[in-house]
Amino acid sequence: MKVVLQHLTKQFPGRGKGSRQMVTAVDDFDFEIPDGKLIGLLGPSGCGKSTTLNLISGLLSPTSGRILFGDDDVTDLPPENRGVGLVFQNYALYPHLTVRQNILFPLQNLKGAAKLSKDEMERRMLNAARLVQLEDYLDRKPAQLSGGQQQRVAIARALVKVPRVLLLDEPLSNLDARLRLQTREEIRRIQRETRVTTVFVTHDQDEAMSISDMIVVMESGVVQQIGAPQTVYDDPVNLFVAKFLGTPPINVFDGEVKGGALRIGGSGVLPVPGVPDGPVIVGVRPEGFILKDDGPLRCSLNRVEVMGRDVSVVSSHPAAGSAAIRSIIGAENQVDEHSDTVRFALKPNKTFLFDKATGGRIRFAAEERTAD
Amino acid sequence: MESNSKKAWLYLLPAILFLGVFMVYPLVDVFVYSFEEGYNSASQTFFGTGLYNYSYVLHDPYFLQAVKNTFILVIFTVPLSTGIALLISVGLNSIQPLKNLYQTVYFLPYVTNTLAVGLVFMILFKKTAYTDGLVNLVIHWFGGSAVDFIDGPYWAKMFVLCFYTVWVVMPFKILILTSALASVNPDYYSAAKIDGASKWRIFTRITLPMISPMIFYLVITGFIGAFKAYSDAVAIFGTDLNAAGMNTIVGYIYDMLYGDSGGYPSFASAAAIILFAIVLTITCINLMIRKKRVYF
Repeated sequence: MKVVLQHLTKQFPGRGKGSRQMVTAVDDFDFEIPDGKLIGLLGPSGCGKSTTLNLISGLLSPTSGRILFGDDDVTDLPPENRGVGLVFQNYALYPHLTVRQNILFPLQNLKGAAKLSKDEMERRMLNAARLVQLEDYLDRKPAQLSGGQQQRVAIARALVKVPRVLLLDEPLSNLDARLRLQTREEIRRIQRETRVTTVFVTHDQDEAMSISDMIVVMESGVVQQIGAPQTVYDDPVNLFVAKFLGTPPINVFDGEVKGGALRIGGSGVLPVPGVPDGPVIVGVRPEGFILKDDGPLRCSLNRVEVMGRDVSVVSSHPAAGSAAIRSIIGAENQVDEHSDTVRFALKPNKTFLFDKATGGRIRFAAEERTAD
Repeated sequence: MESNSKKAWLYLLPAILFLGVFMVYPLVDVFVYSFEEGYNSASQTFFGTGLYNYSYVLHDPYFLQAVKNTFILVIFTVPLSTGIALLISVGLNSIQPLKNLYQTVYFLPYVTNTLAVGLVFMILFKKTAYTDGLVNLVIHWFGGSAVDFIDGPYWAKMFVLCFYTVWVVMPFKILILTSALASVNPDYYSAAKIDGASKWRIFTRITLPMISPMIFYLVITGFIGAFKAYSDAVAIFGTDLNAAGMNTIVGYIYDMLYGDSGGYPSFASAAAIILFAIVLTITCINLMIRKKRVYF
């Protein structure tokens, strides 16, 4: 089932006494989620991603815009008639019911023609439990389960009705680091097996990048960029997206373009043909640095962290936006740890220019592509 | 370790002393009195021991009347007051405008003096030479005939007592239940909505189990409170409750000690022990039910 969001906008009344101003939580969200894909809604807290999810679920109704599941306009349908499964951040498992009763609950609510026989309910409950590998825990109460298991009960409960869309609200944020890795694989597996169109909300870019077919990066209610994770990472449309994606984060410098050359701290570091002269913001991915004895970017070396597979060089530069520049280079490179300076060349496909005022991307034709 | 536990006992001493002198000792004493025949508190004498006090009390028609009254009061007022309080709390919880005003109004009986309220109930229900009382006026309007609620038939008097008790105990229950309802995580309701549960099912399958510990607390304290009812009856029917046939067990105990027919601490003690046994039994039954039905 594809999900179509047409110019979706949600406004809330402003907080505080006498505040008449409306706060726009989601601003003109327009996107078609292809059938059977896993979509990650990504952004910092307060960016409107959870609101978007609640709009799709029907818990909130949009101020304007339409929502379609397939060709079916569900904008005015209450949540129970939309056929959505929602997994809450805190799972919202009914604590007084066993795992079995929790999973059965949505089925027992079915009325009229959709009503199921006891055997059919039991069969579907068992199927859902098997899908999340919880068939041995059916008679436990949620409090007797680990966080990861509770999470899986919540997914089973959301899936047992065979929803048209599965929605996950920060599904991993209540889990510890190890379980988080495991569970995100699990979510990916379950989504692949059921082929249900899935939207999940997260503020963790690692999470979104690793399992999504597509990510939607949002900020202050506005969609910044939509695309496959690698595409968005490799080709950010603005400074916000570039900064938000990637660990370690992108390194930001104040730069200047003069005569088709990018200059950082007065020295030309990269030819950028076709870019008009003027100040720019330069973003360089950590893997965009090449260690080079006569490299044009001269930084003071702080320390070298050996990570086995590669080496992380921490240095500083007066024009950098942050105190430390983190660059990751292959372990075969020899860095003289006792030297005060380190010199880099930049890879043009890992270096992005942004407009100083708007943060918008300024593209340039890379003369020579350096292999990663 | 040794000196630590000594210190602990020292800290506990004031409380133990007070509780011992003013609670444990009297309790034991009452138990002893109940087996001493004809105990006289002035001369501290009695002329025999045995079960005679119990036998007398259990054969006293006034006591039997008091037990009957108390049980009727308990059986009607505890479920009624809890049920109505639950309805009002759910209502309060689902309205936004004027919520605070309603909450205050419903809480007023709690801070109003029992005897003052009793007076108001007299005006509402009492039939005098000059007026039939407000309630009877209403009954007249609807074409009924006046009922004397204060000095009339037993059912009418019982109705007033139950009505009064329900009204008086409700505010506290509403207070407890509204806060219990407010503390249920709204995510459960959202989840149930997504799961397609009807309002009624959300209420019975989610809200009720979630607040069941509080409901249970109210039922148990309600039972105990109703069994100990006395002042409410006095407020409406005056101090001679035996004559009005509206005595309660606690009223009977009081009368046996201090009333016109008083001066019988042995009988009073026996009645008190019987009340204690009744309350203990009911509370045990309640606790057993809780194990099965209350979710924690």
